[in-house]
Amino acid sequence: MAALDELERHYEKAKRDRTFQKRLDELLRTYAGRPTPLFFARRLTKTLGGAKVYLKREDLLHTGAHKINNCLGQALLVERMGKHRVIAETGAGQHGVATATVCALLGFECVVYMGTEDMRRQELNVFRMRLLGAEVRGVDSGSRTLKDAINEAMRDWVTNVRTTHYLLGSVLGAHPYPTMVRDFHKVIGREARKQILKAEGKLPKAIIACVGGGSNSIGIFHEFIKDRNVQLIGVEAGGRGPRLGDHAARFHGGSPGVLQGTYSYVLQDEAGQISATHSVSAGLDYPSIGPEHAWLKDTGRAQYSSASDEDALEACTVLARTEGIIPALESAHAVAEVIRRAPWMKKSEVVIVNVSGRGDKDIGILRENLKLG
Amino acid sequence: MPLRFQNRPALVAYLTCGDPDLRTTLDIALAACDAGAEVIELGVPFSDPVADGPVIQRASERALRQRTSLRQVLELAKQIRKKSPAGLIIFTYLNPVLRMGIKNFSAAARDACVDGALITDLPVEESGEYLAEMQKRNLATVFLAAPTSTDDRLKQIARASSGFVYAVSRTGVTGARHQMPEDAPKLVGRLRRYTDLPVAVGFGISTAEQFRAVGEFADAAVVGSAIVEIIERNPGKEAESVAQFVEQLSAVSRQPSVKR
Repeated sequence: MAALDELERHYEKAKRDRTFQKRLDELLRTYAGRPTPLFFARRLTKTLGGAKVYLKREDLLHTGAHKINNCLGQALLVERMGKHRVIAETGAGQHGVATATVCALLGFECVVYMGTEDMRRQELNVFRMRLLGAEVRGVDSGSRTLKDAINEAMRDWVTNVRTTHYLLGSVLGAHPYPTMVRDFHKVIGREARKQILKAEGKLPKAIIACVGGGSNSIGIFHEFIKDRNVQLIGVEAGGRGPRLGDHAARFHGGSPGVLQGTYSYVLQDEAGQISATHSVSAGLDYPSIGPEHAWLKDTGRAQYSSASDEDALEACTVLARTEGIIPALESAHAVAEVIRRAPWMKKSEVVIVNVSGRGDKDIGILRENLKLG
Repeated sequence: MPLRFQNRPALVAYLTCGDPDLRTTLDIALAACDAGAEVIELGVPFSDPVADGPVIQRASERALRQRTSLRQVLELAKQIRKKSPAGLIIFTYLNPVLRMGIKNFSAAARDACVDGALITDLPVEESGEYLAEMQKRNLATVFLAAPTSTDDRLKQIARASSGFVYAVSRTGVTGARHQMPEDAPKLVGRLRRYTDLPVAVGFGISTAEQFRAVGEFADAAVVGSAIVEIIERNPGKEAESVAQFVEQLSAVSRQPSVKR
């Protein structure tokens, strides 16, 4: 608790500190590559025959996904707190890579925890982290994926709390993480809103994003929450099917529970044991969901659908061939949703899809699953 | 429910229920009580034991393979209570309790005649409903105090606690260590400014010497991983092995009735 209070205090101070904001903005601009473009997907729009599809290109950020927005913000906080060791959990490896990246940038010791199953399916990212100077520790307990990596990171943190900062990668965990991580990703929606008004002179009818922990989606949604006519659509991992253990769709089969310091919707059994989950995409493969999403769902402000492994794999190919963009498998879930939805929308309507990351890390999985001539 | 510690330090023994099976846990618990344990913490295995080191993690996984549940642990407690007056504390993470319902859990705990509960990941700040339901039924609410807890939090923890206060001896997770860290006596000293409740120190105690040393500044010592590891290493002879270990520990504690 003391560490959480300390973090919150430093964060609150930093929020009001203009030099902190300036430094963060400068790094986002000159190092990470912000602002990211909002791209009109002309061929995809034509193929689908309905609404105009715009793609928010978080995949063009340095390290290949939105994760670095949050990593840069927290890394600057680590500096303020005078700590020198940073630990993180990672699912698909993008957050791990972004963490290793900012630690190299600012000179911190870096340890990343990753489930051994995830290490196998996202090998490229494991190598990248090590190349960047981070130590990657495989976690062999439980389901050997993201939630187990978080358990191990938390164990490290409580043991080394005086010297170490836990750089959590999504809008999960105990307060202040869900708020703080969301705040660091708000820039996505702020940019997108300005960009779409410039391009179309009006707000979109819908915004679609994939939801694992929920950071990229809340990042793009947040600025639009006040625009009641803009539909906010989150897409969860439908995995192999609807049975508990075959997917990671928390709003389709989960119930309120506490996991790793957060109270939210959790996939669990009748005895309150947390369920194993499945998704072809490591980054969505998590049994709980950011509490702000639970609130958006419960209040009806956002809706949540799901896309199956098959839908996501198919969507990867469609986007690759109609727009020359290979999305991360996580983002492909959002693409799958727009493929389903856009044909039924009016041609005058606009839909924005958050492409949260690029698919280089998924080449192995794509090769296993797609039959390309 | 008064939880009275007789020896100094009193022995609080933690068991992961259902490892290797519930019947054996019953035997172990009774054997430990006979050998001198004054309180048994009945650990409910959880899928994500974030505060636990590898020994208890492994025990939890084994117990979960048998589908050991909170409900079964409460039933086990009832069985222990039939044969022993020892203190019984349900030791669990929050989610299984939430799933059952806090009110239902408290009622079931009362029904099983346990003395109280300790919910590892329930901070005092979130404990309002839990405290109300447990206090209503005269059940103890044990909370964890850490070396990193501020004085303000220690005050809150003390206020919410009943039965005893559990002082975690070091920053870290459960697991046997070779030396007692310096954090422990300091934490206990700070706690005593805010409470008259007995203080138990836990995490890392595995030898008679460590156990005895705790008695110099605390009222009780919690032994968990060391016992769970003995169970792991002695299949078929769990109860006797634990009883032997508990006897060794009990031998070094002071007994108020013994003339010196």
